[in-house]
Amino acid sequence: MRTYVLRRLLIAVPSLLIASLIVFTLPRLIPGDVVQLMLEEKAYGKDLEDLRAKLGLNRPIPVQYLEWLGRIARGDLGESLWTRQQVLGELARRLPVTLTLGVMAIAVAILIGIPIGILSAVRQDGVLDFFARSAAILGLSIPAFVTAIVVILLPAIWWGWTPQVRFTELSKDPAAHLLQFVLPAIILGIASAAGLMRLTRGMLLEVLRQDYVRTAWAKGLRERVVVLKHSLKNAIIPVVTILGLQVAQIAGGAVIIEQIFGLPGMGQFLVEAIVQRDYPVIQGINLLLVVIIVSTNLLVDLAYAVIDPRIRY
Amino acid sequence: MANSVQTVRLPQTLRRPLRVPRFLVAVLRFCRRKPLGAIGAVLVVGLIVMAVFADRIAPYSYDESVPGSRMKPPSARFWMGTDNIGRDMWSRVVYGARISVTVGFATVALTTVFATIIGVSSAYLGGAYDIVVQRVVDAWMSFPALVIILSMLAALGPGLLNLILALSILGAAGTSRVIRGAALSTMQNPYVEAARALGSGHARIIFCHVLPNVTATIIILATIGLGTVILAESALSFLGFGIPPPYPSWGGMLAGSGRSFMYYAPWMAMFPGAAISLAVFGFNMFGDALRDLLDPRLRSGGGRPIG
Repeated sequence: MRTYVLRRLLIAVPSLLIASLIVFTLPRLIPGDVVQLMLEEKAYGKDLEDLRAKLGLNRPIPVQYLEWLGRIARGDLGESLWTRQQVLGELARRLPVTLTLGVMAIAVAILIGIPIGILSAVRQDGVLDFFARSAAILGLSIPAFVTAIVVILLPAIWWGWTPQVRFTELSKDPAAHLLQFVLPAIILGIASAAGLMRLTRGMLLEVLRQDYVRTAWAKGLRERVVVLKHSLKNAIIPVVTILGLQVAQIAGGAVIIEQIFGLPGMGQFLVEAIVQRDYPVIQGINLLLVVIIVSTNLLVDLAYAVIDPRIRY
Repeated sequence: MANSVQTVRLPQTLRRPLRVPRFLVAVLRFCRRKPLGAIGAVLVVGLIVMAVFADRIAPYSYDESVPGSRMKPPSARFWMGTDNIGRDMWSRVVYGARISVTVGFATVALTTVFATIIGVSSAYLGGAYDIVVQRVVDAWMSFPALVIILSMLAALGPGLLNLILALSILGAAGTSRVIRGAALSTMQNPYVEAARALGSGHARIIFCHVLPNVTATIIILATIGLGTVILAESALSFLGFGIPPPYPSWGGMLAGSGRSFMYYAPWMAMFPGAAISLAVFGFNMFGDALRDLLDPRLRSGGGRPIG
């Protein structure tokens, strides 16, 4: 197990390097010169050349890339071109917001998707199955931002109630802080829940037709044991794989949900940075996301071994 | 009579029975077996009709302000009300179908071409090529989709063509993985080996034996992909990285003025939102039904032995 983790971490190094190259090059392909933009809006320097030199953008791009890598190795993500604030500090302030939202959304997805998927498979073509499948299709069809707008709009029209726009810090009021994530997390988690439910149902249906499940029934085991112990364990591996992929999807969805609910997370930060062509910020956020996703994949692979004892590393 | 054989004339009443065209039979069977899929198909056809005949269906042009009718609620004259500068929402929603349909079909067509080339070549050539290509696909799939697409669109600049290009490059990776799997399993068949033994060239094996047998998979992926692409387009337009105004895209209508005026004129946000959801719902249902019919493993039956 330990050697496997070490080997996986070693393999992750080249892919992280490739990812860092992509992360570094992509924002630089954005047309329009950040220096020009800055000079027009705020008189930071005497002229273009002066400002470029100040920002360190006058050196060749490969040199800039290597410098950036070197600074990352020392735990420094650089500073925003516009606000001159440390990217790392800003990320540390915003990551908890996105992380809370993401973790809650995934919890919603698991808590809704998997149990309903199991019930739906066990009672295939029953009433609950019909409703669950219809709801899942609706959940997959209605985009999160439409749900979000409807959820904000309807209470406003009917009862004149609007969700608060001001963000409450954790240190000020912990309960209110967590409460403001509930609605966005449910909206964000529902689409993933629908996907998980359909997959759980499909996989479980296949397993329930296997011979050993019939044997388990014939032995007179209780339904709970047959379904949860004998069948579910063999059906859940693809579900865990998809759950891992959902992390990336939820990270993307968080960008939109944060915009709508005014949560000061990384998504908001990213959209602002792209509009302003703030290279260090875009690079920092993307790199952080890649690291999160690569580690999620590793965790997913390790989870296989926990679920299925036949898998050994 | 020398000839004992008599010819009996057929009575006139025995006419050839009315033949229902085969195509219609297939459609009717589809409706009976997959009612939800049929609803989906109707929605899809409706969407396409709306897009193609937008200028005939819409009573006003998409950027025509009707004087003196700002933010009017839905009425007989304006079915879906008007927006903050007096444009008819129904007309804008109808024209918005054009964006969704154009982006949807063009992206899926391009994705399919990219994905088929990558998937089939990766399966057929195998070896080091396969390994390298699959690792690149892995890396591509592990970025958050929305983040990649935002960065790519920022790099390419806004506009219809760039949107289609960015979305299809994004979708191609995942789709190619599935096509590769289908192609690999097709190549296990004895007829591929037979063709090779008969001296068929690579091109002949790929185009006459492998590709036709992967087509069903490709069609299913494309139908399901359409819903996803329409969803992605509206999300991007919502964030302001899609089709630039004044051309109406459903996501864009929901974002800008739709959101700022939604408390005073909720119809400005509700109708485009409903349009997106219905379109995606239609494609998902239709794609699902198609997959169930073409993939016999997923037909119902079996399950619990008792109770």
